[in-house]
Amino acid sequence: MILENRKALNILRDQKHKEMALRLGEDFDPKDGGRMHILVCGVAGCHSAGSMGIYENLQKKIEENGLQSEIKLISTGCMGLCAQGPLMVTYPDEIMYTHVEPKDVEEIWNSHVMGGQPVERLFAAESDGTKIAHALKDHSFYSKQMKIALKNCGLIDPMDIEEYIGVEGYQALALCLNDMDPEDVIDTMKDAVLRGRGGAGFPLGIKWESAAREMAPVKYICCNADEGDPGAFMDRSILEGDPHSILEAMAIAGYACGAKQGYIYVRAEYPVAVERLGIAIKQAHEYGLLGKNEATALMASIEGKRGEPRPKPPRSTEKGLFDCPTVLNNVETFANVPQIILKGTDWFKGIGTEKSNGTKVFALGGKIENTGLVEVPMGTTLRDVVFEIGGGVPGHLAFKAAQTGGPSGGCITAEHLDTPLDFDSLTKLGTMMGSGGLIVMAEDSCMVDIAKFFLDFTVDESCGKCPPCRIGTKRMLDITKKITEGKGNMDDLDELEDLAQMIKTGALCGLGQSAPNPVVSTLQYFKDEYIAHVRDKKCPAGVCVSMLKYIIMAETCRKCGICAKNCPVGAISGDKNTPYVIDQDKCIKCGVCMSKCPFKSILKNA
Amino acid sequence: MTCEKCQKEQAALQEIILKHKGTPGALIPILHEAQNLYGYLPAEVLHEISKGLEMPEAEVYGVATFYSQFSLQKKGKYRINVCLGTACYVKGAQDVLDKFKLRLMIDVGECTDDGLFSLEACRCIGACGLAPVVTVNGEVYGRMTVDKVDEILDKYEALAASEKEAEEA
Ligand SMILES: Cc1cc2nc3c(=O)[nH]c(=O)nc-3n(C[C@H](O)[C@H](O)[C@H](O)COP(=O)(O)O)c2cc1C
Ligand code: FES
Repeated sequence: MILENRKALNILRDQKHKEMALRLGEDFDPKDGGRMHILVCGVAGCHSAGSMGIYENLQKKIEENGLQSEIKLISTGCMGLCAQGPLMVTYPDEIMYTHVEPKDVEEIWNSHVMGGQPVERLFAAESDGTKIAHALKDHSFYSKQMKIALKNCGLIDPMDIEEYIGVEGYQALALCLNDMDPEDVIDTMKDAVLRGRGGAGFPLGIKWESAAREMAPVKYICCNADEGDPGAFMDRSILEGDPHSILEAMAIAGYACGAKQGYIYVRAEYPVAVERLGIAIKQAHEYGLLGKNEATALMASIEGKRGEPRPKPPRSTEKGLFDCPTVLNNVETFANVPQIILKGTDWFKGIGTEKSNGTKVFALGGKIENTGLVEVPMGTTLRDVVFEIGGGVPGHLAFKAAQTGGPSGGCITAEHLDTPLDFDSLTKLGTMMGSGGLIVMAEDSCMVDIAKFFLDFTVDESCGKCPPCRIGTKRMLDITKKITEGKGNMDDLDELEDLAQMIKTGALCGLGQSAPNPVVSTLQYFKDEYIAHVRDKKCPAGVCVSMLKYIIMAETCRKCGICAKNCPVGAISGDKNTPYVIDQDKCIKCGVCMSKCPFKSILKNA
Repeated sequence: MTCEKCQKEQAALQEIILKHKGTPGALIPILHEAQNLYGYLPAEVLHEISKGLEMPEAEVYGVATFYSQFSLQKKGKYRINVCLGTACYVKGAQDVLDKFKLRLMIDVGECTDDGLFSLEACRCIGACGLAPVVTVNGEVYGRMTVDKVDEILDKYEALAASEKEAEEA
């Protein structure tokens, strides 16, 4: 179906909106969209944990009972509270079920769908165990959140363009094309001061303006969906849960900057995102919302070359992809654009802090109760995010630090828990917003080990073009490895600091320049932990295995020989008459002996 | 390359090359599709691609080795992938990976001699809520522990054995 004009778009919107009204908390008539909508999260952790089975069982129930017109079943994008997945929500009563298994469908169907009695045992739980029926409104994970970029994720069917249209989708594009000049669009974006959510925080309006100024026959709009932080998955979630919002924003960017082609860079590890984008693009073509000119090269490093940085200038807005002016924005950044156009800059500027407008999505992970995806106004404190929304550290362990900005970032310690999360406050603490990974570490996390982990990532990712990054990060990794293996000395700490300085100033691109940050930041706040490793040969958190020692207690050893038989490297010797001992030089600290000893005669770190 | 299967693959590869040839940035989509076809990128295939695109073999090789998505090594019947994303790492993914290495006696990027298992590490598959996470041929195993490694490997070994039996019968 081609939507010929704006009027056709609006007619479709009004019709779909009526059908979706019960999901949007509005008055509804069951004749339009049925009496109940059941939404099942179909992606990420929920998918992995078997949410497909829930969907299929519900579908069977609906078909068996011939209730297709009364009950609508939808597979959605991420609903956020991944830790308690698989998740499902029913509307209009907004009951959220957690940890749902396919076999629970029977009870949900009989008791709730048919009998009107929700199943309490599947309600979302607070960290103290309290069950919350209307979790989306009342659970502390959700109540402090504010959704702009994730507005439609978990609420609409990402594979159905009409659902997107029903929640004002493509209205912003229509508004731009009909009522705004490209300059108006750019002025609006400049006024909103939407800062890039990919990490650098550069204002989008200024970027668009300089691309628009270029006189070139061909320009490109690119979307960066390549999450450079190995624990952040918000961009992928937006692509999977609301792909049309990105297409609409890119089309708006194209109009504003005079570009006719767009590229979305998605990594091959995200096949679902690639598939859904493909479907979305096809639908947008079919409905006449995207022109025929847009080319897409999903999964491609677009020029088909090795990805290496180039010296600047020229800036990529002057000479980027295939040497043409190029606008590059991050997925989450784009997701904000249609709403700013529709709701206005005053609305947007009213959210967040003075210099960081709007919201930010964080991927909460690590030692935290409510792992998942959250969106909060800029300036929300770390304490609120970790303890209110995140439910705190599980297992009564003490909070040690939060790591933000991934391999380019640093850590925030307990004493800075009241830091507002915005671009500038984080930079001041020596870390950065990054793309929004927020990993919580507890007293049993080793800060040297985590610095080593991020260096390992950078060494992998370094393109190898400039020596400070290629050789320097490798050298830093070797040193941190040495330290975690108990072979470091105090000079190593100085060398780490020197190398960090040299790489920061000498590397060609942002990856290299920011690569030392995790080391610098952990050295700044947790130097005593480094010193414990190098001077006392101890890992206070008990993480670094090389510093662990397995010891057989001669007094209780019954000389059965089971440990020696199971040791994969033959490090244990002894016989019927002599107690068994572990050769510490050969031992690889796998712990097999300890787990196999029937008499609990083997101890760790005794 | 004379067997029937080889010839078919050969034809399919030429088709892939022809389909993309001439469009800017053709190399990476070709590598992707070739890898889907063969399961990995054997040296002969890289050679064919370089010939087909009239591009130096060094450049093809350079791109193929630059991106971690491409593998020049054969994969096992069961491809084990341990997530080493931050969320998984903080929750003990390294121990899980070490256990796989120990039990299979292979390193990351390698394949067992019997061709049954290959081992890889990746960065965040987006299932952080289930950390630490391992996938075997795409199937996800969440909240992994060292003990679960044995369970999983036992399961696939048994599966392979019963399949072999069925084949022989
Ligand atoms: C080390 C490093 C890591 C980055 N990681 C990401 C990332 O994960 N996602 C992203 O969109 N941009 C990332 N960027 C920023 C991009 O290079 C680019 O600036 C950004 O995508 C532009 O879009 P924005 O202005 O909307 O953020 C990273 C940059 C550096 C130097
Ligand atoms: S870090 Fe492993 S799934 Fe995200």
